[in-house]
Amino acid sequence: MAWLESHLLTATVFFPFAWGLIGLMIPSGNQDPKNAQNVTKYWTLIGTIITFLLSIMIFNRYQAGGPEFQMAETVPWLTVVGISYNVGLDGLSLWLVLLTTFLMPIAVLGSFAAIEIRRKEYYLFLLALETGMLGAFVALDIFLFYVFWEVMLIPMYFLIGIWGGKDRIYATMKFFLYTMVGSLLMLVAIFYISYQHKLQFGNYSMALVDLYRLQLTGGGFWAPQSLLFLAFGFAFAIKVPLFPLHTWLPDAHVQAPTAGSVILAAILLKMGGYGFMRFAFPLFPQGLAYHQNLFMILGAVAIIYGAWVAMVQPDIKKLVAYSSVSHMGYVILGLFSLNTVAATGAYYQMLNHGISTGALFLLVGIIYERRHTREISAFGGISKVMPLFAVAFMIITLSAVALPGTNGFVGEFLILLGSWKTSPLLTAVAALGVIFGAVYMLWMFQRVMFGPVTHKENEDLKDLNFREILVLVPLIIAVFGMGIFPNFVFDKLNPSIDRFIARSTVAVQVQTASTQGLLMAKGK
Amino acid sequence: MLALIALFPLIGFAINGSWYAFFQAPQGRTKSGATIPGIIATTAIGLSFLVSLLLFFELKGLPADNRVLEQVVFNWMNIGGFSLDVAFRLDPLSSLFTLFVTGVATLIHLYSIGYMSHDATPGKFFSYLNLFSFAMLMLILGANLPIMFLGWEGVGLCSYLLIGYWYADMEKASAGKKAFIVNRVGDFGFLLAMFMIFEKFGTLDMSQLRVGVFALAEHGHQLAAADLGIITAICILLFVGAMGKSAQIPLYVWLPDAMAGPTPVSALIHAATMVTSGIYMVARLNFMYNLSPTALEVVAIIGGATAFFAATIAIAQKDIKKVLAYSTVSQLGYMFLGCGVGAYAAGVSHVITHAFFKALLFLGAGSVIHGMHEEQDITKMGGLRSKMPKTFLTFAAGWLAICGIPPFSGFFSKDEILWQAYASPHGSKILWALGAMTAVMTAFYMTRLFYLTFLGTPRFKEANGDDHGKSHGHDVHSENKHAGIAVHESPMVMVLPLQILGVLSIIGGFIAIPHMSWIEHWLDTVIPAHDPASLIAAPSMEWVLMSVSVVGAALGIFVGFKLYADLKKAEELKLRFAGLNKLLENKWYIDELYEATIVRPIHALSVGLWKGFDIAVIDRTVLGFGRVSQWSGQALRVIQTGSLQHYALVLLMGLIASVGYLLYGLA
Repeated sequence: MAWLESHLLTATVFFPFAWGLIGLMIPSGNQDPKNAQNVTKYWTLIGTIITFLLSIMIFNRYQAGGPEFQMAETVPWLTVVGISYNVGLDGLSLWLVLLTTFLMPIAVLGSFAAIEIRRKEYYLFLLALETGMLGAFVALDIFLFYVFWEVMLIPMYFLIGIWGGKDRIYATMKFFLYTMVGSLLMLVAIFYISYQHKLQFGNYSMALVDLYRLQLTGGGFWAPQSLLFLAFGFAFAIKVPLFPLHTWLPDAHVQAPTAGSVILAAILLKMGGYGFMRFAFPLFPQGLAYHQNLFMILGAVAIIYGAWVAMVQPDIKKLVAYSSVSHMGYVILGLFSLNTVAATGAYYQMLNHGISTGALFLLVGIIYERRHTREISAFGGISKVMPLFAVAFMIITLSAVALPGTNGFVGEFLILLGSWKTSPLLTAVAALGVIFGAVYMLWMFQRVMFGPVTHKENEDLKDLNFREILVLVPLIIAVFGMGIFPNFVFDKLNPSIDRFIARSTVAVQVQTASTQGLLMAKGK
Repeated sequence: MLALIALFPLIGFAINGSWYAFFQAPQGRTKSGATIPGIIATTAIGLSFLVSLLLFFELKGLPADNRVLEQVVFNWMNIGGFSLDVAFRLDPLSSLFTLFVTGVATLIHLYSIGYMSHDATPGKFFSYLNLFSFAMLMLILGANLPIMFLGWEGVGLCSYLLIGYWYADMEKASAGKKAFIVNRVGDFGFLLAMFMIFEKFGTLDMSQLRVGVFALAEHGHQLAAADLGIITAICILLFVGAMGKSAQIPLYVWLPDAMAGPTPVSALIHAATMVTSGIYMVARLNFMYNLSPTALEVVAIIGGATAFFAATIAIAQKDIKKVLAYSTVSQLGYMFLGCGVGAYAAGVSHVITHAFFKALLFLGAGSVIHGMHEEQDITKMGGLRSKMPKTFLTFAAGWLAICGIPPFSGFFSKDEILWQAYASPHGSKILWALGAMTAVMTAFYMTRLFYLTFLGTPRFKEANGDDHGKSHGHDVHSENKHAGIAVHESPMVMVLPLQILGVLSIIGGFIAIPHMSWIEHWLDTVIPAHDPASLIAAPSMEWVLMSVSVVGAALGIFVGFKLYADLKKAEELKLRFAGLNKLLENKWYIDELYEATIVRPIHALSVGLWKGFDIAVIDRTVLGFGRVSQWSGQALRVIQTGSLQHYALVLLMGLIASVGYLLYGLA
């Protein structure tokens, strides 16, 4: 117990994978291998629940007013190049860790009926993925972060490639290609700044707290700050995914099994936003200032572009995928607005998107399992045959269109309220998303749920069963809980957001001056 | 205590909602009576009415310049530099609104017990009604703009859910969606206005905002041009929100379609309460509008134009509910006209009298539709006076009230608006003329409706047998269209609300008698009254104008009677003006115009972006990169095909190379 006390983060991070490895050893039982595989899914469910409980312990231990990184652990690793095993947790990590551990049992439970082949591997990959995600959220060593970042990629690659839909190979390749290209640039940048640390302080270091002290030259596109920001930003923007780097997402989502889509949308995409907040912004504030406008514009464009393209999708999953592009556009807009209100909203929007898009994919999965199609036109009038499903679907739809009282509103409202200070014009463009968001969601909802039952196959679809209710209820509670009592989250988030803003804006004054100089020089 | 007003309907929603979700929905489509959920819901909103009444008297007992009750329920959001409470504020204006909203809502809930008695999912229906009441009360009581906005979007949601209540009919579902989306266009304006307010004044609380605005105006006598610009922008953006919710040009198009909902919903949401939110907001923020003549002018012109425009359409509609819907749009225009000339109290008075008589008219129409077994076409009615005597009597009260015949309620409030449109410093003769012409048209189309429905001879085939009450379910359409219609009077539970509203329509106007208007006096602290000296017309004109409008209304009624007494002649007239008639019947083709200029282009653009950009440009570029490395790989004959391992290997080599360079070369 004492060990657990002092190594809580490490324990939480590695527990799922260890649990999964132990699960492999459960005897398959010669007589009835199918049964044994059934054991695996319960085993996995229990494991993810235990992880969730561990994260509750983390939550209880975390003091909002305390030091920046808490429950930190440092073990030297590759000292020659300054790499160490260094984990710790602040408000930014905390809520994404909780989001991950909260959604994992739900994703596992949502897979019970859908996964029929190679269950053992499937659940092991899920658990490995959880370890990768948790690790990335608590890593304070930039190289360690990179390792976890890459580790996540592998299970996801297989989850799509093995248990995916018809075009899974194409989708998983595209996913892999995009992400690898992005992360390579980031890796180069990581080594560059470690080297800079050696130049400035005499030793290599990958520890974030060391790197925050670096003085890197800014000003101009070819300055190190700007290029480094782009190198990191490229990797994160692909992950977010930010328009126009988003085209891997619709394919990956459509082909991935339900749990894959849930985790991909709900957590992996957050890695992008988190990366910006943890690394790209505070490490390269001048680079950020140089590229701020570009990213804000891309964010605003993504909101509208994603909404429009979502509107005309014939496949529900693709629609939800493009809606992610739109919703994550808000996150980018909020983060790059660089003020407390917008940044808090952006962070909150990441959590919201995890909850509501995760829930949407689960809902799509539920009707997919019954009908084996995701074409919107194959449905119609489902409300009549599945009234409980209709209630759940409606609530999640409302969360997605950011109705006040649901979680979505808090995020979008704060983002736009804050970004108005930075750019009224872009905010006005982004706020159009409020209209188009309602258009694509409600239109889809209408075509799937309302009207007469037009297809014979839909006439006796079964309504939600107990397991499915169990999957959806926590999400619905989260939708309203986070909509009505956001302070529950803010209380343990605000100090970290303040630090984030302070670090990211510290050089802005200097930068603005030099940018002006630059502009004037250009003008001549 | 204050929170209780909103809390009761929320509890009612929770009870009925859970009842539906846990017991009705899973067992599926089992019919169950509307009585129990109806009583629960009616009790919930009735309790809220009682609390409103109590608090009204409490407010009345306070000294006039200190009539405010506040309650902070909890802190909603608190982050650096921004804090927002869930807080309620009861002042004379919100008190007035809570009173009539909960009062009318209680009557309509009661009525619904009868109207929805054959519905399959009454638990769902009544939970929606309660949820609506909750949201509406949040809108009214909210002390800050985001809470108001919560109610604002909440009522929009309930409107969406209730319009599409019979969702199996795609047209009804579409009408609901249209309402939501058009309202969202308005909400876009509301949101931007909130952002501007927060940036300029640093608060979203309405009483702090008032202080801030006054501070701005006190710096000099004149506002700085920049400040004035901001205030004007805020006011107009807020008014965009009001255009959506209160169905003004150009965002009125959803309201007529909203008639797809059950009739009690049309009465409650789309006539008496929700659609007046825009007027409430403008009146609430009058301190800002007063500073911006431009914004006021916009409000007045849009209001006047909408009043006139909608009245022209109402003349040619055949569906009893559509006529009433356009009449609602038109009357809402009146209210904005009143606000736009600075006569907020007159606008508010009209909100209240309109709530009485329009709820009455809708419920009366519902009673007719109920009695006629789902027939809504007034050209297929006639002579219902003897068949439905109670409905007829109450409907007549509503008809006279909306026509503006003294001393029925509509007369006083409408006349005050017309007088102010003429005489207020913001008014003009044109605005007055617009309003007066609308009044004549209103009298005419309402008379047409009244005559075609209740008077003359029946134009439907009557059933011989007296089988009423047996075969009319609202989900069973046109079951006995061919068998003839056995018209019957509605049950007591429906007639009683009609009678109460009938009485209110007759006497309700006395709270708004010009010059001794109780309402104006009561609202004094929220809405400072006009200085009589500022009027730009002689007081004697008031009597002249009043006579003109009464004569106008009488003329409208007279023409209506004359014309529809002889239907053949009316037909002939229609043929003579066939073109105009077609234009009006098709609502000036505004829906088609929007479809062609907004909906379809955006849809086409979206398809274009998806196929022409997402797939054709971005994807091809990315895959192009992939292919380049594939070719180079083949050229090097390292690996034969573009398999993943190949990419991985290439990437790995690149990785090792760069790492090696960085570690070794640089160090």
